[in-house]
Amino acid sequence: MKKEFKASITKAVNDANLTGALGKFSEAYKVNRAKAYEGMDFEALRSTIAQAKSSAACQLDHLAETFKKNAEALGAKVYRTKDPREVKQYILKVALENGVKTVVKSKSMATEEIHLNSYLMENGITVAETDLGEWIIQLAGQTPSHMVMPAIHMTKEEVAELFSKEVDERLSSDIPRLVKVARDELRPKFLAADMGISGGNIAVAETGSIVLVTNEGNARLVTTLPKIHIALVGVEKLVEKFETVAPILDALPRSATAQLLTSYVSIITGPTPNDDGSLKDMHIILMDNRRTEMAQDPKFKQALQCIRCGSCLNVCPIFRLVGGHVFGGIYTGGIGTILTAWFDELKKSEDIQGLCIQCGNCTQVCPGKLDIPEMIMEIRRRLVLEKGQPMVQKAIFSVVNNRKLFHGMLRAASVAGKPFTSGKFIRHLPLFLSDLTDGRSLPAIAAEPFRDTFLKIKQPKLQEKAAFYAGCLIDFAYPEMGVALVKLLNKAGIEVTFPQEQTCCGAPALYSGAYEVAAQNAVDNIKVLLQEDVRYVVSACPTCTVALAHEFVKTLDTLGRTEWLPKAKELAQKTVDFSTLVKRLVDEGRLSFKEGEELGKITYHDSCHLKRTLNVFEQPRELLEKAGYQLEEMFECDMCCGMGGSYSMKLPEISGPILQNKLKNIKATGAPVVAMDCPGCVLQISGGFDQDGSGVRVKHTAELLADRLKD
Amino acid sequence: MYELFKAKAVGVGAEVYRVESKRDALDFILSFLEKEGVSDAPGSYAVWADSPFLEGIDKRELTAIPGVGFEVSRLRASQAKVGISQMDWAVADTGSLVQDQCAAEQRLVSSLTGIHIALVASGNILSGKPQLFARINPRTSKYIAFITGPSRTADIERVLTIGVHGPERLIIIFVDELGGENI
Repeated sequence: MKKEFKASITKAVNDANLTGALGKFSEAYKVNRAKAYEGMDFEALRSTIAQAKSSAACQLDHLAETFKKNAEALGAKVYRTKDPREVKQYILKVALENGVKTVVKSKSMATEEIHLNSYLMENGITVAETDLGEWIIQLAGQTPSHMVMPAIHMTKEEVAELFSKEVDERLSSDIPRLVKVARDELRPKFLAADMGISGGNIAVAETGSIVLVTNEGNARLVTTLPKIHIALVGVEKLVEKFETVAPILDALPRSATAQLLTSYVSIITGPTPNDDGSLKDMHIILMDNRRTEMAQDPKFKQALQCIRCGSCLNVCPIFRLVGGHVFGGIYTGGIGTILTAWFDELKKSEDIQGLCIQCGNCTQVCPGKLDIPEMIMEIRRRLVLEKGQPMVQKAIFSVVNNRKLFHGMLRAASVAGKPFTSGKFIRHLPLFLSDLTDGRSLPAIAAEPFRDTFLKIKQPKLQEKAAFYAGCLIDFAYPEMGVALVKLLNKAGIEVTFPQEQTCCGAPALYSGAYEVAAQNAVDNIKVLLQEDVRYVVSACPTCTVALAHEFVKTLDTLGRTEWLPKAKELAQKTVDFSTLVKRLVDEGRLSFKEGEELGKITYHDSCHLKRTLNVFEQPRELLEKAGYQLEEMFECDMCCGMGGSYSMKLPEISGPILQNKLKNIKATGAPVVAMDCPGCVLQISGGFDQDGSGVRVKHTAELLADRLKD
Repeated sequence: MYELFKAKAVGVGAEVYRVESKRDALDFILSFLEKEGVSDAPGSYAVWADSPFLEGIDKRELTAIPGVGFEVSRLRASQAKVGISQMDWAVADTGSLVQDQCAAEQRLVSSLTGIHIALVASGNILSGKPQLFARINPRTSKYIAFITGPSRTADIERVLTIGVHGPERLIIIFVDELGGENI
């Protein structure tokens, strides 16, 4: 990552105004959004939207032509272009032909995308943004930091300062007063403007309508008062049928700002009379700017299902910390990373793609059903293809792809790490983990890895067998989790096997875009895990489980290594996560816990992959309660802990504050112990508590359950 | 349905009333205008857009009141304190009003003024968007306008503030005598 980029992150996370405003909003958003959707079937709604938008994306050219034909029949002028430069030239031409001196604009990301304001101003035309947030940004000479709330990063004092300069009067930071100043300043501009420029939230092909959604009422004035109206619409806003307007209006305000509906919605179908009786000179520009190319790319076509609500930003643990400006472009957050990679160029996304921690929060709330983390992975893959892996990474992965060498080095580390060990934690791990920074303790490499311990465990000979896939962390840092798992399964009548040739699940490589490395890891593991005839392949690490159950197939498929697909699918079928399997065994009466003892309060942290990819969250809770714990839910129990594999090493300045927030929420429950199902989360959270000194115990669910088995 | 509408509309800052007759509505409006100090001075006008409500009403009686006018120009509307119009539909589940505002005057009185008084036939309250979308048609209505509460912004520190560009107050009066579909 570039130095300046790192510096911009450090600046953002230390900006108390920014993180305060964004943090507060993001915490309240989740609650308010849920309330706004009360009584609605969100899954059904987003399926309807995704389907309509996906179908539109398949026929962009056809819909654009249909729209043009229908809007032109009503008297609008429709201009289609692929090229942002031609958009600007067209608007300037219309302006010059009509002697336009001043323009008022309502909010439009498409005009921001092509930097329209500066172009018009260079050509002598005065442009006023009229959305309050956009106007503030314009006065400050900045770019929007959020799609829906462009000035969320600024304080009322900063706004007062800007407005004071504009009106040449010392203003206080009283917000209603500032809003009144904006009204009074902008009103004459509306009345005098020769041209109004708007965006469009939806463009309906079959009727030639554009739909504008605002709260302030500026879009209504922009489309009513000036005699010329130009709407700049990205072609991804096209839908085929008018009936699709209703579901989008159901979702957009609820998802954007947790409102049932914005104050104003305008559905404009062709030119209408001006207040002097003349007919509006109405132009609609359908801009492509690589959207059609995007629609033709199987991995990115889904991006056109976006309705630009910004809910992905509102739930993102990274965005709430760094805000939008770190992203450097017009579009921000995860979706912004994708749009920047396309509308600007892939290279521009090189640094910002690394901000995504792959927690999957956004996939849960997206009304267009976009899988943003998956698209960001694809960006990573293409960047690696285009530019190759960074040297250090390449060296690491060449080790990871050689199991014997990799495991040999980890064993060496357990010895080399000794002098630095303090209790269970050391400051620095040797080898490729050595660039870890301070601020968090890391576990010592275990003196004896699980693979050796396993050989010493005396198991009963049993019919039913499960292969245990440990993953690097349990194998080399937390063997006790593996021991607990064996104890539990034995008790339920299952014998555990441990194929010694198993190796890294490939997640570190995959999440870095090194698909070839990940695919080799997949093949190596498939071979050994299917060698023996076992009923289950069980893992106590959700990231590993996701690799075995989902990513192997996807990765091999992406790389065209189809000869491995049947075996990969067979492995996926057999793979099960720890809590799901144990819950099943308890339900079948094969496993039970000691009764009659109250163990007190416990709180549970949901790991990203377990909750959102595997959809497992009830099972561990029920098991812990059955074992005698009293569950006390923490605030934001399913918010990422900031670990994200190597993320915490690449971006400690972000991972750190996310962890601190998690620790705070755990402590607030008053529970002396926190459980989780992921050794990665245990590493992150116990490392945090080790330095924090508050004495909260951090345990994998397996360890807690194994202690409570009935004799 | 009226109660649901009222709860939702009040929830977004609108004021909702219901009267039986057109006469009652007129009395309500006239006393409101008086209370708000509507007069024949710029900034204090009341502009009344053409609407079915006015059928059968003697406009001369109304124009005799200082400041009240039926001529809706952009200048007059921008200097008006109160704008009055009739909206076609009320949508209960979001507390929204909907009107075919193809005629510019309808938009001027409901967006340039400080206070918007919206008259609605009590029988035209619909439960939600499915019912609404079965009744609106962009092919015949070129400017379909939804209004849900007064103009609002939260662009400064996410603090909700009313009346940034459009009206600061939205007063909705349901009139039973105007009939409507559901009567």
